[in-house]
Amino acid sequence: MAVVKVTRPKLNAGEKMYLGAIFKGFVITMKHAIASMRNKTRGADAMESTGLGITMQYPEQKWDGHLPDYYRGAPALVTDEQDRERCVSCQLCEFICPPKAIKITPGEIPSDDPWAKVEKRPKEFEIDMTRCIYCGMCEEVCPEQAIYLRKDYAITGLKRADMVHNKKKLYEIGGKRVGLVNKWNELK
Amino acid sequence: MDLVTLLVILAKVVGLTFVVVLPLVPISVYFERRFSAIIQDRVGPNRVGIPLTLLGAKKDFSFFGLVQPMADGLKLFLKEDFTPSHVNKAFYWLAPALTVVPALVTVCVVPFGSDIIVNGIGYKLVIADLDIGPLFVFAISSLSVYGITLAGWSSNSKFPFIGGVRSTAQMISYEIALGLSVVPVLLYYGDLNLSNIVEQQSVNGWLLLPLWGNSAPWNNGGDYTAWIFWIPAMIAFVIFTTSVFAETNRMPFDLPECETELVGGYHTEYSSMKFAMFFMGEYAAMVIGSSLVVTLFLGGWSLGPWFDTWAAGLKIGSVGIGGLLNMSVFMAKVVAFILFFILVRWTVPRFRYDQLMRLGWVIFFEAALINVFLAALVIAAPQFGTLATAAGLALLAIVTGTLVWVLKVSEKKSAPISI
Amino acid sequence: MSEPAATVEAKLPKDLAAERGMVNVQIDGVWLQVPRGMRMIEACKLAQKEVPHYCYHPKLTAPGNCRMCLVQMGMPPRPAPGQDPVRDADGYENIGWMPRPVIACANTVSENMGIRTGGELVEKCREGVMEFLLINHPLDCPICDQAGECRLQEFSVEHGKGESRFVDAKVKKPKNVDIGPRVRLDDERCIMCSRCIRFMDEVAADPVLGFTQRGTHTTLTVHPGKRLDSNYSLNTVDICPVGALTSNDFRFQMRVWFLKETKSIDVNCGTGSNITIWARGNKVHRITPRQNDEVNSNWMPDSHRLSFHQIDSDKRLTEPLAKDGSVHAPISWGSAIADSAAELRKFHASEIAIIASARMTNEELFLVRALASELGTSLVTTVPRMGESDGLLISADRNPNSTGAKLVWQSGDTAGNLATIREGVRQGSIKALLVLSEDLVEAGFSSEDLAKPAFIASIQLLAGPTAEASHIVLPGAAFAEKRGSMVNVTGRIQRLNRAVEPLGSAKDDWEILRDLILALQGAKVGDGPNSIEDVFKAMSSQVPEFDGLSLSKIGDLGQAIVATGVTIPLLDNERARKAAGLING
Repeated sequence: MAVVKVTRPKLNAGEKMYLGAIFKGFVITMKHAIASMRNKTRGADAMESTGLGITMQYPEQKWDGHLPDYYRGAPALVTDEQDRERCVSCQLCEFICPPKAIKITPGEIPSDDPWAKVEKRPKEFEIDMTRCIYCGMCEEVCPEQAIYLRKDYAITGLKRADMVHNKKKLYEIGGKRVGLVNKWNELK
Repeated sequence: MDLVTLLVILAKVVGLTFVVVLPLVPISVYFERRFSAIIQDRVGPNRVGIPLTLLGAKKDFSFFGLVQPMADGLKLFLKEDFTPSHVNKAFYWLAPALTVVPALVTVCVVPFGSDIIVNGIGYKLVIADLDIGPLFVFAISSLSVYGITLAGWSSNSKFPFIGGVRSTAQMISYEIALGLSVVPVLLYYGDLNLSNIVEQQSVNGWLLLPLWGNSAPWNNGGDYTAWIFWIPAMIAFVIFTTSVFAETNRMPFDLPECETELVGGYHTEYSSMKFAMFFMGEYAAMVIGSSLVVTLFLGGWSLGPWFDTWAAGLKIGSVGIGGLLNMSVFMAKVVAFILFFILVRWTVPRFRYDQLMRLGWVIFFEAALINVFLAALVIAAPQFGTLATAAGLALLAIVTGTLVWVLKVSEKKSAPISI
Repeated sequence: MSEPAATVEAKLPKDLAAERGMVNVQIDGVWLQVPRGMRMIEACKLAQKEVPHYCYHPKLTAPGNCRMCLVQMGMPPRPAPGQDPVRDADGYENIGWMPRPVIACANTVSENMGIRTGGELVEKCREGVMEFLLINHPLDCPICDQAGECRLQEFSVEHGKGESRFVDAKVKKPKNVDIGPRVRLDDERCIMCSRCIRFMDEVAADPVLGFTQRGTHTTLTVHPGKRLDSNYSLNTVDICPVGALTSNDFRFQMRVWFLKETKSIDVNCGTGSNITIWARGNKVHRITPRQNDEVNSNWMPDSHRLSFHQIDSDKRLTEPLAKDGSVHAPISWGSAIADSAAELRKFHASEIAIIASARMTNEELFLVRALASELGTSLVTTVPRMGESDGLLISADRNPNSTGAKLVWQSGDTAGNLATIREGVRQGSIKALLVLSEDLVEAGFSSEDLAKPAFIASIQLLAGPTAEASHIVLPGAAFAEKRGSMVNVTGRIQRLNRAVEPLGSAKDDWEILRDLILALQGAKVGDGPNSIEDVFKAMSSQVPEFDGLSLSKIGDLGQAIVATGVTIPLLDNERARKAAGLING
């Protein structure tokens, strides 16, 4: 069962010369080339390209509108309705992160803070975007719904240091996210 | 030899080699990339241009990416020239030069255009107007196999070594087919001087387009020899072209450097300009191969008798610039043929090595041999008369049939042993 | 002809066991002999069957208040008068299983008892207990330091229901309570196991903890007006099965799952408590005691536990320094060693003195001896450091390796030369001092004395008066950064292991000593011993007490090699309580 013997097709004399097949091949390749040169590449409409190939001309044209909800872009931290930073620096993302891109410095919330009940939050939260592989493990592992992969994908920088997103930048990208579980309210 | 002659030779060497052929290399790389791209429904390099924004302009001038080859060259030039510690240094350094130099040396017998006439004296647009043109080309270009073999061997690494060995075997095999396939052409022209061959084609019609001059039956009193000769000429053309593909290591015969099997083949261990020299040598060989095909079969610099005579009469002051026009025709034909190279690359899949060897030794070698007799028969037919020609044809048919039968029988595979 | 099998058959298993003071217990279907009087939970441990538990601790009494260790028990049915007990082929009586579970921690084994640590009944019981424990537990694992080493977490996964059926509001209790200088209390996390209360009462002899309120409102707290400020308070953090008691020092510093554990020993007193060093990367984050019933049981004093902070403190020396005028400038190791050797060679042997330390490992002390003979000086000493024993674990001798120094130097009083050297320095007859891991001020030198010698070279860990006075300072390694062996006050050889690399370009002390000896000999670098094992081998051939030992043979728990007559008070207490049957461990 496992092995299927495929018999080679029997070729006639003309086919054995290959010339016909090669000529047919030329026609196909030329058809593509001519269609491309006429800006009529097949499938170009669907990709919104110019028609010279289906390649999108990236910085001028973008696919942003078509990004699916499950798109995994840059990871970012979010705040909730009450503007509380959701991260409590449990460091599970740091632990799970396959390329070790995340570095968290935990800190204690001072007792005069309105959210002193939470006790802990990150003093510093750094994601090295040169290391990040956009796997989304951090989002999956987060017990506090604090880290999400956003749709930002153009993460650029002129220096390595520019590519390290610090806490401020992460909250900037992440913004506010509503409708999450509020486990730190007084009801518990 | 007076000073003027020397200067003219120097000008020809510099002009034709470094101004005409070498720039063709990056241009063919650009064409290869753009043409490959559109065949594959991509865009290809269309961005690199003149960065006018650096000078304060609003937009860069991309120029269809034509500056890409320069950027590539610059990149290769600036890359680290890394020599692995395990290589045989002397040969490792020598090998790239040995591939690029023969390719460029062969340029000297290619007729680029008709004469340029200055003060009534014609200067041929060919560096060395040798009477053994094709032979010289074969002799020199076969030297480049040393470069590739040495590169493979001196790299002291298995993939380059396999690439080098494959290349040697392949180039030696196809040189035979290459040499034999061109014999009918030389028989037809009765001349080994490439300039004269092109001249003849210009006047009497191209070998594959015998429609004017003496080759046309309505001009030579109903002699159909040239038209009948079209058959062996076509066979020779196919064999010659295919062998050129094999000689230049192009798809579908790029086994010495096939990425899927050998990483990069014989130049795996090379980087920077040394790699670029292999690249250059390969493309230069492609340019020379194309110009040879164009010269021998497709009329060289000629574009029909009417254009040629009009161009020959063209003058600026006392300088006849028809040669330059012819040269541009020649270049156009070469570029077109290079595009054909690229078209083949994306049409025909790579051969298996045994298929390659079989094609070279079993099919092309025999076919070229038979073709030589066929061509001779066609040329000699008017002298032989009908009976002798028919007998010769019959003999040829029997020999061919026998050959085919022998090949068929000898190729009969024994039943595979089941394991 | 006697039949041997018949005589064996005549003896029942219960008699065979009784001869050895044992009883037969069937644990999950397997018969086993265990000592009479052993708790069922310990018997299960012997049988390598895990019985989940919270409140039971082998070194503490068992109040049986967590109910997690419920197992099913069975005894042979009592025969009717005149009836012989029914025995199976192996001579064991049939077990009549009881329909209700018992706690394994507070019941002792008896002859022909059966224990089932699994099964439907036991599993259901555990599930129920877990559900009750979790009713009021806050789900704050993300911020809880115990997460990762929390029994409640572990048993929730293994025995819990996985979801809560509790719909009412949870009971509110004090959180983040400051109950002592080193310990923080979170009452909502507390599961009322009372381990901490019992520890403070029974081991630390400072009963300051207790429960108030009743039922679900039971709250752990300190007695009014008291604070949990015992020097053993951090042990309550260790034994707390949940995150109710957390260490202020370790609080929110690092999650435990990042930490690498290294077994080593404490070097703050002669007891040499066994410890585990928890480090991530090159930073030590905490130190916890490691069980060794011959040294420190399961405990260690807070003061010793927190002393690791000096490893990466601001005062730590990280590169070799040479005094240039009045300030020290960094130099390379090569020139630091070469310069020291060259300077020392300028003095006559009688003008040189070595002040070594009983804080050094045996290997280092052995090399000090070699160094002294290389220099030709007999003025070698250690610095005594005596204090008072706290009656538990802290030994009166605050040097961790006084016994080792005596053994390695084969001398009854290693500190005998100290007074002579001090006098020599004051008089000016000693012109060069080599100070090895020791503080001259503690050794009784005044600041005027320190200015007197023409040349002082020292191996130092921290900046201080000695480093300040030294002409060449060689940065040594802290205890967590080196390997080696030490002999504690009871004569037990124990092993230090490297948990982190020496900070900066600091070097392991024995390597510095080796390089110094090589430089004095004019030998090439790399000629000397290449590993600490080589040093130990050389040492064991010269010190009879170390004969036949190697660093790996010492083992994680050490080996007693000499009898010193010194005992550790805490262990004495523990043995007494064990003999009284209060504890099992």
